[in-house]
Amino acid sequence: MKTMTFSSRVAKEILRDPLNLAFGLGFPVILLLMMTMIQANIPVKIFALENLTPGMAVFGLSFMTLFSATIVAKDRTGSLLLRLYTTPLSAADFIVGYTIPLLPMAVLQCVICYAASVLLGLKVTVNILWAILSVIPAAVFFIALGLLCGSVLTDKQVGGICGALITNLTAFLSGAWFDLELVGGLFKKIAYALPFVHAVETGKAALAGSFGEIMPDMLWVLGYGLVTAALAVFVFLRQMDKQ
Amino acid sequence: MNAVETVKLTKKYKDLTAVDGLDLKIKKGELFALLGVNGAGKTTMIKMLSCIAKPTSGDAFLNGKSIVSQKAEVKSIIAVSPQETAVAPKLTVKENLELMAGVHGFSKEKTSEKTAELSRAFSLSEVMKKPAGKLSGGWQRRLSIAMALICEPEILFLDEPTLGLDVLARGDLWELIRSLKGKITIILTTHYMEEAQALSDRIGIMKGGRLISTGTAEEIKAKAGTENFEEAFVRIVKEEK
Repeated sequence: MKTMTFSSRVAKEILRDPLNLAFGLGFPVILLLMMTMIQANIPVKIFALENLTPGMAVFGLSFMTLFSATIVAKDRTGSLLLRLYTTPLSAADFIVGYTIPLLPMAVLQCVICYAASVLLGLKVTVNILWAILSVIPAAVFFIALGLLCGSVLTDKQVGGICGALITNLTAFLSGAWFDLELVGGLFKKIAYALPFVHAVETGKAALAGSFGEIMPDMLWVLGYGLVTAALAVFVFLRQMDKQ
Repeated sequence: MNAVETVKLTKKYKDLTAVDGLDLKIKKGELFALLGVNGAGKTTMIKMLSCIAKPTSGDAFLNGKSIVSQKAEVKSIIAVSPQETAVAPKLTVKENLELMAGVHGFSKEKTSEKTAELSRAFSLSEVMKKPAGKLSGGWQRRLSIAMALICEPEILFLDEPTLGLDVLARGDLWELIRSLKGKITIILTTHYMEEAQALSDRIGIMKGGRLISTGTAEEIKAKAGTENFEEAFVRIVKEEK
């Protein structure tokens, strides 16, 4: 009950910010439309809907980092967390409370992305459902990354780091915009050492129904998700204690 | 019976001793004001008493419960209105009150009952549907105190409740705080001499983490040998090495 009250408040604060809705839900869909228009004029394999949609779905998740980091940082700097620390809410209530509302938002964002792709011509198969479900580990990673950033940064720093840096890193290192093979070298090595491209590859494999190819990539995402979540919990608790 | 009793309460941050072996007793139902210049240790003391900061040594007992070993029990009987206005800006006034009732585990019925009661007591009805972030500073402070009171605390901490408010808003809040006197124990920190004098039963003056004088405003004036409370405060703080 206490956790649900807190998580409901987190959801309301996020959803009542029109910028969140515009960027989180609208921006990936607009990019999808733009890339599809380019594809219509200059056909490029990477911009074909079956390749582009999983990439845009993962790119959209990077906004979850911005949402979670912003709300945690604002709560810290605005003293609301200080007030809530004096209530019977436990550390677990806080962490679950911040995470729970963002997971359905992440899935909803993914559903909207795939729905837009279907309207643009993506073939409707049951694999779309698997592709949507396959983003959950990546969603956990992005939300935990936000909790981590929000615990150590101010709300202004969050705007720069999560709003610009993380979204750009996701865009460039996920292979959603261009083929990483074309760049190659150190850039490709760095990209494959990070979870973004693996999250996109997981989505592509699920959408194609190539379930045998999901696992190596999903393991990367799961690993990053678990480590980031553990780190976020540790840092959040440390910040609570440091008060 | 004492509502608050601190025993050699100390907080150190590396080389800085923010609160230094503080011994203080506050009676049940008393309104106790903590005065001091910046860095005197007032806010650190409130943070320790409200279980936000862990004491480096010593202990404090709130209605008999230790802030070191009975944190959960202490949290169930206290409420804090922090120095900065701590409200959820995109939630309405009503939702802010419901949030505080919810995190204290109140049922739906009790939440509605308490929300209505505080709306009446704090004259919040005209702003109940407004987002808290859109309210003026005075209204936000009013809401902040109402949020603290919704859990029916036995001990209330008010950290600089009228800081930055205009004369009218401050006067309104003074009336509200006066109306709570005797019903619950209140510990108030402030920079304003006239606020401490007008509202409190007793006043404690802090400097360098230590409590250098306690008593009623009259007792403090007599101790300092002045007619004016502000002069008494300045003399006591300046004479204390």
